[in-house]
Amino acid sequence: MTTIDPRFELAQRLGLAEVPAPQFADAADVITRLREQDYLSSPEIASATFLADRLAKPVLVEGPAGTGKTALAQAVARATGAELIRLQCYEGLDESKALYEWNYRKQLLRIQAGRESGDAATWAALEDDIFAEDFLLPRPLLEAIRATHPVVLLIDEVDRVELETEALLLEILSEYQVSIPELGTVRATQIPMVFLTSNATRELSEALKRRCLYLHIGYPDVERERDIILSRVPGVTTALAEQIARVVRSLRDLDLKKHPSVSETLDWARTLVILGQSDIGDEEAAATLHILLKYQSDIETAQKELFGRRSS
Amino acid sequence: MNEILSDFIGELRAAGLPVSMTEHVDAARAATMIDLVDRETLRAALSATLVKDHDHRPVFDSAFEVFFARRAAGATASDDPATDEVDPGETTRPPRGGAGAQGQGGRSGRGGSGSMSSVSPEQLQEMLWNAMMNGSPDDLREVAQHAVELYADIEPGRRVGGTYYLYRTLRNLDVEGLRQKLAAASAGSTPDAAWAQRAAQVDVEVKVRELQAAIEKEIRERLVADRGAQSLAKSVRKPLPEDIDVMHATRDEMLQLEKALRPLARKLATRLARRRRRRRRGPVDLRHTVRRSLSTGGVPIDLRFKPPHPAKPEIIVIADISGSVASFARFTLHMVYAIASQFSKVRSFVFIDGLDEVTRLFDESDDPGEAVARINAEADVIAFDGHSDYGRALTDFVKRFGRDINRRSVVIILGDARNNYHQAHPETVRFLKEKARAVYWLNPEPTTYWNSGDSVIAQYAPYLTKIVECRSLRQLEAFVGDLA
Repeated sequence: MTTIDPRFELAQRLGLAEVPAPQFADAADVITRLREQDYLSSPEIASATFLADRLAKPVLVEGPAGTGKTALAQAVARATGAELIRLQCYEGLDESKALYEWNYRKQLLRIQAGRESGDAATWAALEDDIFAEDFLLPRPLLEAIRATHPVVLLIDEVDRVELETEALLLEILSEYQVSIPELGTVRATQIPMVFLTSNATRELSEALKRRCLYLHIGYPDVERERDIILSRVPGVTTALAEQIARVVRSLRDLDLKKHPSVSETLDWARTLVILGQSDIGDEEAAATLHILLKYQSDIETAQKELFGRRSS
Repeated sequence: MNEILSDFIGELRAAGLPVSMTEHVDAARAATMIDLVDRETLRAALSATLVKDHDHRPVFDSAFEVFFARRAAGATASDDPATDEVDPGETTRPPRGGAGAQGQGGRSGRGGSGSMSSVSPEQLQEMLWNAMMNGSPDDLREVAQHAVELYADIEPGRRVGGTYYLYRTLRNLDVEGLRQKLAAASAGSTPDAAWAQRAAQVDVEVKVRELQAAIEKEIRERLVADRGAQSLAKSVRKPLPEDIDVMHATRDEMLQLEKALRPLARKLATRLARRRRRRRRGPVDLRHTVRRSLSTGGVPIDLRFKPPHPAKPEIIVIADISGSVASFARFTLHMVYAIASQFSKVRSFVFIDGLDEVTRLFDESDDPGEAVARINAEADVIAFDGHSDYGRALTDFVKRFGRDINRRSVVIILGDARNNYHQAHPETVRFLKEKARAVYWLNPEPTTYWNSGDSVIAQYAPYLTKIVECRSLRQLEAFVGDLA
């Protein structure tokens, strides 16, 4: 098949002298190198990360809270030796917080300084001067684009911004560039890896989804969760980790308002280790259930269904 | 590869997935970068580039199984009715792609259930047991191959989706017995902590599900070999959860609907809350602005706005919960209560031929799903024979609660208006229309069925603000979204 290498194509569009080498050799390479960073990836995660790198496309990572979406971006940054630049999204985020802002205090100072020192610069010259890069405050997105060293850009919880604000991201996501009206277009000098995370509290726009690869990280199966516990919780035995993973899997099988996430599982594992448990008995498990479950009704359901006791 | 991919994407689009040009290009590019021999890698690559919504994943998976079946490479071109008539002997290919150790005992055609199969039922049971216990996917696949060969009795050329073959194979394998045996076996080895027993139960369920999936896959692959991917894809196509017809959903689809409902309602609530917050000001109040402009010489410097949107409406839901439309009423009530914060008050009434208020059920519980589940048990809705009687129920409503209706009330009536040839009493709806802000009727039947048989919707129609056809979650969401 004769398709042009997307990285080559993008490098040409950005006007780069040479095509930046891809970060990962294949999906297996992703698994090994993320494992070195204590991040255990499933084949799906590895595939999506590998393709994102090769296709030079952002990845939209969706899934329940606490399943390692943000951690994935962090692990990739560490594994590739790149700087992690993070944009935390929230309602009301605007371009002055996400892209760039003019440093107007500095601009004012410049104007005043010019007036006092008496060099009667023409207005046109002054205008050119104060809308130069020196007076620009880069925000995370622009920072990631301008960086000359490798970066990983993490746009966290993108579902929290309004639909209209999403449009801010589109130029960056597809062209790896930022247009500043007064200054022109800032193009990336390398190809950053971009991760967007979302908890799916609302439907993201088609335009955004089209520009990204999609990865859904669900709850891990028993084996992977056991391995995650083993790699992240010091002092836990394989037997205990296995038991923990099995209890949590059974909990996720119940009809609860909120199922325990991986990060809550890890908290629970740490608690059990601190308490010096080597085996999970019904008593101890039921007593520490509030670490895993955050609703009283869920705790009651779990106690009844899983630990065979009537709720008081 | 490119051709199969185009056909595959065509099928995804036909099933309702929005796949754009760009995504097609991405998928094609991704395919050049991975090892095509490994199906799971291919699946991951295609899903990452083509499926941008997790709810669409089942649709993708079932299409993927069909188009990229292990031994069907190149079989896509045979979507020709003529090939379906081919002699069974010719469509019989070597049953597995050289992987199986068991020889080439071809499938027999109609009738003879695997007389040439190389494994006896007893051997198969033993293999199945071993596969279940050590859990290796390869063993499981082999068992599935033998089981399908022995029991499924696939008839070449039949245009079916394979559900029946699956059912037949599972029944012959005695899955129920297997489940019990597995449970008994694990009971011996698990500690007696209650959670461990429960975990063992879940283990058994997971194993049985795996077996079922393996067999389903095997059957699919054989059907693909028989009929070609495109033809089969049409038979096994599943609608997206939001497009499932609520009135005619199967039990499986019903479960999907239940699962889809909660996130859908949550998303709707977030969207509406945001919209309300942003619309802080109403439209320009021209009269007030002109009056203010007098102090600035007639120049309207200071714009005045009308107070923000009228007060939140008060919702009154009157739902028919007789058998034919019960599930529809449940979904609608769930949806309305999920966004109850967008309304000043929600009251709900259910009826069959008698009417009962169920608002308190929803007040007592914070989970609308739970309250909906209690309606059937606790509402007193049968006055006579238990057949829907809209006229009687509405008359009853007007008599008992008519005085509570005012200009802020929005009345929503749910039902198919199939009145079992009772009196329709349309004057009750006219009374409601005169007193309330709006009266909507949600009908879960397709528009073409309205007024056929005992449907009396036309008699109510003149007094309704609007009749809305509401057959799927998508339509329901759109209506409820507009309401707030």
